[in-house]
Amino acid sequence: MVQAINRALRTAMAADPEVLLLGEDIGVNGGVFRATEGLLKEFGSERVIDTPLSETGIIGTAIGMALYGLKPVAEIQFLDFIYPGFDQIVSELAKFRYRSGGQYPCHVVIRSPYGGGIKGGLYHSQSTEVYFTHTAGLKVVVPSTPADAQGLLLSAIFDPDPVMFLEPKRIYRAVTGEVPEGDHRVPIGKARNVREGHDVSVFAYGAMIPPATDACQSLEAEGISAELIDLRTLSPLDTSAVLGSVEKTGRAVVVHEAARFCGYGAEIAAVLAEKAFYSLKAPVARVTGFDTPFPYALENLYLPNAARIREAIVATVKAA
Amino acid sequence: MNAGPSPVPLPYSAPDLQRLLGADWSRLLWTAYRWMRTARALDERMIALQRQGRVGFYGPGTGQEAVSIAAGLATHENDWVFPGLREQLVALVRGHPLGTYVHHLFADGLDPGLGRQMPCHPTAREVHQVSMSSCVGTQITHAVGCAYGFRFRHDAAVALAFFGDGGTSVNDFHAGMNFAGVFHLPVVFCCTNNQWAISMPVERQSHVAELASKAAAYGMPGRRVDGSDFIETYLQLSQALEAARRGEGPTLLEFVIYRMSPHTTSDDPGRYQPKDWKERAAEHDPMPRLEQLLGALGLLSQDLVREMDRQIDATLREAVAAAEATPPPGPDTLERDVFAPSQPVAGTD
Repeated sequence: MVQAINRALRTAMAADPEVLLLGEDIGVNGGVFRATEGLLKEFGSERVIDTPLSETGIIGTAIGMALYGLKPVAEIQFLDFIYPGFDQIVSELAKFRYRSGGQYPCHVVIRSPYGGGIKGGLYHSQSTEVYFTHTAGLKVVVPSTPADAQGLLLSAIFDPDPVMFLEPKRIYRAVTGEVPEGDHRVPIGKARNVREGHDVSVFAYGAMIPPATDACQSLEAEGISAELIDLRTLSPLDTSAVLGSVEKTGRAVVVHEAARFCGYGAEIAAVLAEKAFYSLKAPVARVTGFDTPFPYALENLYLPNAARIREAIVATVKAA
Repeated sequence: MNAGPSPVPLPYSAPDLQRLLGADWSRLLWTAYRWMRTARALDERMIALQRQGRVGFYGPGTGQEAVSIAAGLATHENDWVFPGLREQLVALVRGHPLGTYVHHLFADGLDPGLGRQMPCHPTAREVHQVSMSSCVGTQITHAVGCAYGFRFRHDAAVALAFFGDGGTSVNDFHAGMNFAGVFHLPVVFCCTNNQWAISMPVERQSHVAELASKAAAYGMPGRRVDGSDFIETYLQLSQALEAARRGEGPTLLEFVIYRMSPHTTSDDPGRYQPKDWKERAAEHDPMPRLEQLLGALGLLSQDLVREMDRQIDATLREAVAAAEATPPPGPDTLERDVFAPSQPVAGTD
């Protein structure tokens, strides 16, 4: 996946000379995960900018570039470190178009690796996507395959609005796959049907797609047909994909590694309660992280795995 | 309280002014004076309208006009302005119509920002003045990014970042100054030190004797300027702007000024300012200082001032009447501009 991200950046920079990258250690070092490897050499230090260590500086500077008309792509090394720039994202980036009556659009892309599973402890593992989905004016995108990572990132860079592009770092290298050549874009705002099924709908994204896939596949033998939807864009949500699937299956399980309370699953459950109540045969289940800080030694206990997802699917199907 | 510059009469003769400001010096001073009277009249009118419940809020710039006007007159058309609360006058001087600004103050349907922000947070795209946020200091890094863009596109423009004495305490001041220093960008950092951040005197913002000295930490020049002296302010700004335009990098200018008004219409300075503050601030009022100079140079008469005030008053009356006759933004504008047109708002279908 990390190579697909690198290819998307290269493709966008080759297509548009006003696409710039900025962040910590992204130039000479090629990024701590190597997402920007080789780009400094290819595009020069005016377009691949190693910045001082300041998230608010990176994001604020990117906003200024975008107000002027450039297309900056900022890298925040870990989502856990984004908070010094949170004010810039929530107060400035998300609100510029609105507060200026549409006169100052601000198309910044913020790429940031997020999530657990790399033995990163409290500050290299968190999954805090809902801070951003709760803020009007931001698009929030999470790929789970190399092809989607490339196609969604290209869409994000050429999107007219600010995009939080959250990269599930646990599957940067663990997930491989074919990637189309060139400027092949995947639309923002459209979920992907990973596998069809008719008994239950499983909604997941990012690094939860591989264990959710395993769980769904293993249940075939037991006669449970689970549909798996990769949400891909968390904001704006592809509501019709969610409702369409549950109207067919009548059951829903939401999987995310973020904490449960007010997590993204709460929104899915609420949408289903509001708009698909009479289609539901069973309560909506959530398989999530815990309402604790992210633990180092117990990370495998914290993170949802195929067994936990499987258990929730079975319970939901057996409920009614 | 820091000592600050003493209120001496402006020691300029006509030949001095010709040398410093060029052949067109008298028109420049006359224009500046006209804007001072306009801004003062606007502040008085809006405070009165706020008291009558006709305007929701107002943040006056009384006493700080020389800096805004000098910035408006010293900048080039392609320069960008990232304002704080009291720099809306810069946009007016650079050509944003007063009538449009008054529509904004009334948050009516003809406000370019569609009434989404509190008064005194206008958007003036046509003069490159960026829509202000109420968060202190966030605009400083925006100016830096914009300046990066100028250099990237070989645009001979400069970004001006305005912030107050309180603004020097926030993290974006450090980040912005640091980035601008490292990347050697065309930014003029304008600290309008009016000596108060709501109730806190400047000594409680920083232990340095002069805020301008903070420039040293970022490897850029920093200068303290008597911001009540229009001519000195104009010259210092012009010099910093030209240095930035020549590729010599950023400058920090600290304009020492005196807040003559409450922080906003929601503030009561009686709770925290010393009893003699108003009197001391009035001694530094930039308007009588420029007035005395124009008078001494024989450029001002009572008749001229009366006629100027009559015109300003008529313009303001007309603008207020137009705003009060304009309906508020329609309910259909509520969800507009969250995203680009044709992009759906999150979670709706």
